Amino acid sequence: MRTLSEAFDAGKILIPYIAAGDPDLDTTAEIIGELDKLGVGIIEVGMPFSDPLADGPIIQAASQRALAGGTNISRIFEMLEELRDVKTPIVLMGYFNPIMKYGEKSFIEDALSCGVSGVLIPDLPFDEGKEFYDICSEKGLCPIYMVTPNTKEERLSQIERKARGFLYCVSLLGITGDKRGPIEGIKSYMERVRSHVSVPLALGFGIDSPDKIRAVKPYVDGIVIGSAIVNIISEKADMGRKAIVNEVSVFTSALIDALRTALQP
Amino acid sequence: MDLKGYFGRFGGRFVPETLIPALEELEEAFYEAINDEAFMAQYRYLLKDYSGRPTSLYFADRLSKHLSDIKLYLKREDLNHTGAHKINNVLGQILLALRMNKKRIIAETGAGQHGLATATAAAKFGLECHIYMGLEDMHRQALNVYKMRTLGAEVIPVTSGTMTLKDATNEAIRDWVTNVSTTHYVIGSVVGPHPYPMMVREFQRVIGDETKEQILQKEGRLPDLLVACVGGGSNSMGMFYPFVNDKDVKMVGVEAAGYGIETGQHAAALTGGSVGVLHGSRSYILQDENGQIVPAVSISAGLDYPGVGPEHSFYHETGRVHYTHATDDEAIEAFKLLCETEGIIPALESAHALAFLVREHKNIEPGTLAVLCLSGRGDKDMEAIKGKLFEEEM
Repeated sequence: MRTLSEAFDAGKILIPYIAAGDPDLDTTAEIIGELDKLGVGIIEVGMPFSDPLADGPIIQAASQRALAGGTNISRIFEMLEELRDVKTPIVLMGYFNPIMKYGEKSFIEDALSCGVSGVLIPDLPFDEGKEFYDICSEKGLCPIYMVTPNTKEERLSQIERKARGFLYCVSLLGITGDKRGPIEGIKSYMERVRSHVSVPLALGFGIDSPDKIRAVKPYVDGIVIGSAIVNIISEKADMGRKAIVNEVSVFTSALIDALRTALQP
Repeated sequence: MDLKGYFGRFGGRFVPETLIPALEELEEAFYEAINDEAFMAQYRYLLKDYSGRPTSLYFADRLSKHLSDIKLYLKREDLNHTGAHKINNVLGQILLALRMNKKRIIAETGAGQHGLATATAAAKFGLECHIYMGLEDMHRQALNVYKMRTLGAEVIPVTSGTMTLKDATNEAIRDWVTNVSTTHYVIGSVVGPHPYPMMVREFQRVIGDETKEQILQKEGRLPDLLVACVGGGSNSMGMFYPFVNDKDVKMVGVEAAGYGIETGQHAAALTGGSVGVLHGSRSYILQDENGQIVPAVSISAGLDYPGVGPEHSFYHETGRVHYTHATDDEAIEAFKLLCETEGIIPALESAHALAFLVREHKNIEPGTLAVLCLSGRGDKDMEAIKGKLFEEEM
């Protein structure tokens, strides 16, 4: 498996997010395999939580379906354990309470032992989670921090000192799947962040189409697409695993094309 | 409390990064405001002339006789404008919102008392107001929904999750993340990320401060025992906090046990839960073995919440406050008793506090000087309790 920094060596990358266990973990595993073949840069795997307060309705619903199907952290680790030949680095995204309940140290160890590269926790800011994130860094699990358009300069500098892998830049003041994203001043926002930070910058929240990708790609190193993909999975849920994987594949390919083709003059 | 908002190992700021600047701004504005005599004068003026404080400390003589001659006083928070203690906190936070120049107000509500207080204060100051309320609670508390709408607030039904207070809180947080630059989120209890637990406590401590003064006047000494119900825990914290350093004052917080702790269908985070992170702070919560939040169950919509304020968790672990619980049935018994002995219809929340005394009075020495925080009045609960009181005739 490649490391997170190697993932950015090949140029600008796509970072798809999928909700583990929606509709079931076998489908999740197949989608991960397909995304790996397509050549995405990093795969973000969401761990479900009953009260995902940074997420919009699409990912909330996916989390509910995953929980109803019995998805939990142990089962996600078991699934990942079976995906050892996937070359694309995997970042786990989830809320802090299930991780606390699992046991913070065990979580870090078990994530590493099944090949996970990083962890992103939207309700655990860098300073609140200092102890946890320090252990992650020490053990080699990259803590992926989030910054937002209203993050102050002083905080950006503090985050820079701690950042590993890449920085997740939230595209607007809002929750996932917010169609208004990204904000209008995206260029100056990204430049401001870049003036403080040396790790690669990924942009996410509300980016749901090739057009939006083309609009923001000059300013970023990676683009996270979450709700748009999760939405496809839920819409095709009744049509079976093959149809789901196929639809995700077609959509993701179009996104990769939008990211790779040269800007039109 | 330390500088990061921790009470021992409880509290903190477990929120999306987007909210950090807003919480810092709020903390700074709060400290400036409480040191600004003009702000505090306006706050005290509103408490007095708008809400009707001080609320009385009333000696419940007939009820006392029913309780093995404990000498029981009721702190009548039910006599506040809008019918509960919630207005104390809301007036403080609305004045803060004005000071921060935020013209849009949002709040979550369970029983509707906090939503009603927020809608009331927003109307008084001409602010745009949106109240998130679980659809299930809107049915249970229809009267408060009408009241809020009459006052010009938009009541937004929340249909995610269990459709109760926990989900309304999630939605309010999502709204705040989205509209953070124009909006102040009026949290209704001593929960949430720092500075809310400390700030709401400071705006509710008027309950305990007044009680202290009043009991000294009436009895010439401090009470032996304070009793209050605990959902998120704002009325109890407001009552307890000013007495925390008075070592001889015993304090009892009563959680909602729903159908009974042993059934798993309850709302008792401290006495039936475990430590976790919910809605921005580390505290006792109701959760399953995977760290998923378990829905709370209680006849009282205001106690129907799977978390509790972090400072309560701290007092629980230090033992400064004794936490116990009362079931739905015990609360209904206590409700009836207060109606019949004193002519006071209490909120079902407050009835849980009384239920502790009804159950335990034989173990309390006669003559014990006790104060019970009667946090709200029961008008809103008449619909919910109707079938329980007169079942035989219906």
